[in-house]
Amino acid sequence: MSQPDVITVPILTRVEGEGALTIRLRDGQLDDVQLRIYEPPRLFEALLKGRPLEDAPDITARICGICPVAYQMSSVHALERALGVVITPQIRRMRRLLYCGEWIESHALHIHLLHAPDFFDVASGIALAQRFPDEVRRGLQLKKHGNRLLEVIGGRAIHPVNATVGGFHRWPRRDELMSLIPDFEWGLNAAIETARWTETFTFPELEQDYEFVSLSHPDEYPFNEGTVASSAFPSIPVDDFLQHFAEVQVPHSTALHAVRLPQQSTYLLGPLARINLNRDRLLPMARQTADDIGFVVPCRNPFRSLLARCVELVQAYEEALSILRDVDLSGPSRIAYDPHAGTGCAATEAPRGLLFHEYEVDAQGRLARARIIPPTSQNQAQIEADLRRYLQAQLTTARPRDELAVRCERLVRSYDPCISCATHFLKVKWEEA
Amino acid sequence: MRKPRVGVFKFASCDGCQLSLLDAEDELLALCDRVDFTHFAEASSDLQPGPYDVAVVEGSITTDEDADRIRRIREESRWLVTIGACATSGGIQALRSWGDASQWVSAVYPSPQFIHTLATSTPIADHVLVDIEVHGCPINNRQLIEVLVAIANGRKPHLPSHAVCLDCKRRGTVCVMVAQGQACLGPITQTGCGALCPTSNRGCYGCFGPLPAGNAKSLVAEFQRQGHTAGILVPLLRNFNATAPEFREASERL
Repeated sequence: MSQPDVITVPILTRVEGEGALTIRLRDGQLDDVQLRIYEPPRLFEALLKGRPLEDAPDITARICGICPVAYQMSSVHALERALGVVITPQIRRMRRLLYCGEWIESHALHIHLLHAPDFFDVASGIALAQRFPDEVRRGLQLKKHGNRLLEVIGGRAIHPVNATVGGFHRWPRRDELMSLIPDFEWGLNAAIETARWTETFTFPELEQDYEFVSLSHPDEYPFNEGTVASSAFPSIPVDDFLQHFAEVQVPHSTALHAVRLPQQSTYLLGPLARINLNRDRLLPMARQTADDIGFVVPCRNPFRSLLARCVELVQAYEEALSILRDVDLSGPSRIAYDPHAGTGCAATEAPRGLLFHEYEVDAQGRLARARIIPPTSQNQAQIEADLRRYLQAQLTTARPRDELAVRCERLVRSYDPCISCATHFLKVKWEEA
Repeated sequence: MRKPRVGVFKFASCDGCQLSLLDAEDELLALCDRVDFTHFAEASSDLQPGPYDVAVVEGSITTDEDADRIRRIREESRWLVTIGACATSGGIQALRSWGDASQWVSAVYPSPQFIHTLATSTPIADHVLVDIEVHGCPINNRQLIEVLVAIANGRKPHLPSHAVCLDCKRRGTVCVMVAQGQACLGPITQTGCGALCPTSNRGCYGCFGPLPAGNAKSLVAEFQRQGHTAGILVPLLRNFNATAPEFREASERL
């Protein structure tokens, strides 16, 4: 048996967190692909134990600087389930508005600064701005709107301070919310323009037979509640999540892999999964945008997740505007509760996919146990499966190794992986005979 | 004058502090005219080797490999700027100091033998000489831009050093401690956030870290006089800057 060949590409860039990729080739054939997550473990589930339950949204936000609101939302909903707290429709709407801010900020960042450079062979969004100054500046403006919305509701864009179990520490100021409307009206049209721009990109060919998984709600595009829907299996309540999905540990990663039970198969989370399962619940302009750019479902090409992100950008603006135009700050900003023992779980849709939290609270209102299953660790096994399929096709043509490595990195990047949540430092290592 | 070559490096952290650079939407392109980001993996695939004029370092040291890596970065860099609570004080992951790290790994991972981590999470300054610290969880990106522009212009950066408490007075925010009896770390926490938490009707949780001249002992005594127990105060002092000496000592006295 021949020795495997090893080729290393040192760092995965324009992603969030630290990881590596090992590709093992034997006799010119693909032997194995491992997405290796190097991110040093920070042990959140352990450090939460014994702390006041109110700490969960502030501390879990620190898992990720790009999607802190997702952590805050999954944690407050899970703890409200544990405590039997029922929030008002006003609080629910304000949470959706807050989440719109994070989707706009995160999607605009990924579309313009992280992902789009791949389609023009440039190293960064800054370099892309030389060629497409108006498009990149527009993208930065969209990103700024998302951040501004987070600041108005949450105090700041990264690790906002206002969300809490039961609601918000205070209502945002009506005048500050209203002042956002003109910018968001401009932004809705700008987001549609962005979708039309990205539709002209040339997308690599890859079709994967995914199981799409996302939250699904009968009346709305999913954010904070719904059942766990799938393209392959019946929907399940979030309470049953751990009976159908499990985390397994692999030696090459500090992120746990998630698989569908009982067959231990991979599944896909994120914008592509959400839109495939919920296209008919897009708001009118988002749906029209999807029609105009020819985004038809099922779409099984991971590179085209860029287009799904653009449609969701329009969706988030449209939803934000409808809430802003009908702001209702009546009633308490926060529902009071008496701490007592209980267990509760919740899932919400982070920009990069379903984020599951489960907590056990003791009689004194302290966290007895925490379980967090982030979207990127759930997508990790699917990313590896995509890389295997993609490489097999690529290896049939004689391409230089460097180019193949770049292509693999782009495939990983199309997932908008959040490696701090699960990986920043992707070494592509080749092993070949 | 040649543009300073800036490298951005990540250790154990959430990426939020370096993301705050990309969040400077209005200034980002202008900033790139003043400094050259020659190594910024979150933003660019064009990663150039050192030496660097400025190393911007996010995150804490939690592995032996990272302890070696920060020494190599220091050797290659003229100025070393740490950003955020993880890099300046060890971050939330430093809570392992009061737990058993190996037990914690077992609690999170089914096969702990594959996980290599130190029993401590330490700030960068415990390992190498740090020239400038920018505090916060997350940092205020205005402060980091000020530092980078100051270095580009060969002058000393202006970083404010008063307490959050003063910002409330300036903003006219009613004191949540005096008026509502909430435990608020504003009097002993460095400014930078703009007093966000009291403005949001809650006590400051100290994410910008301790004010060097703060009187934690006296503040904690006042909290206790108001009826707050150690069960509330210890977790309040032990969060994102738990092992910063002033907060650590105050929590261990309780």
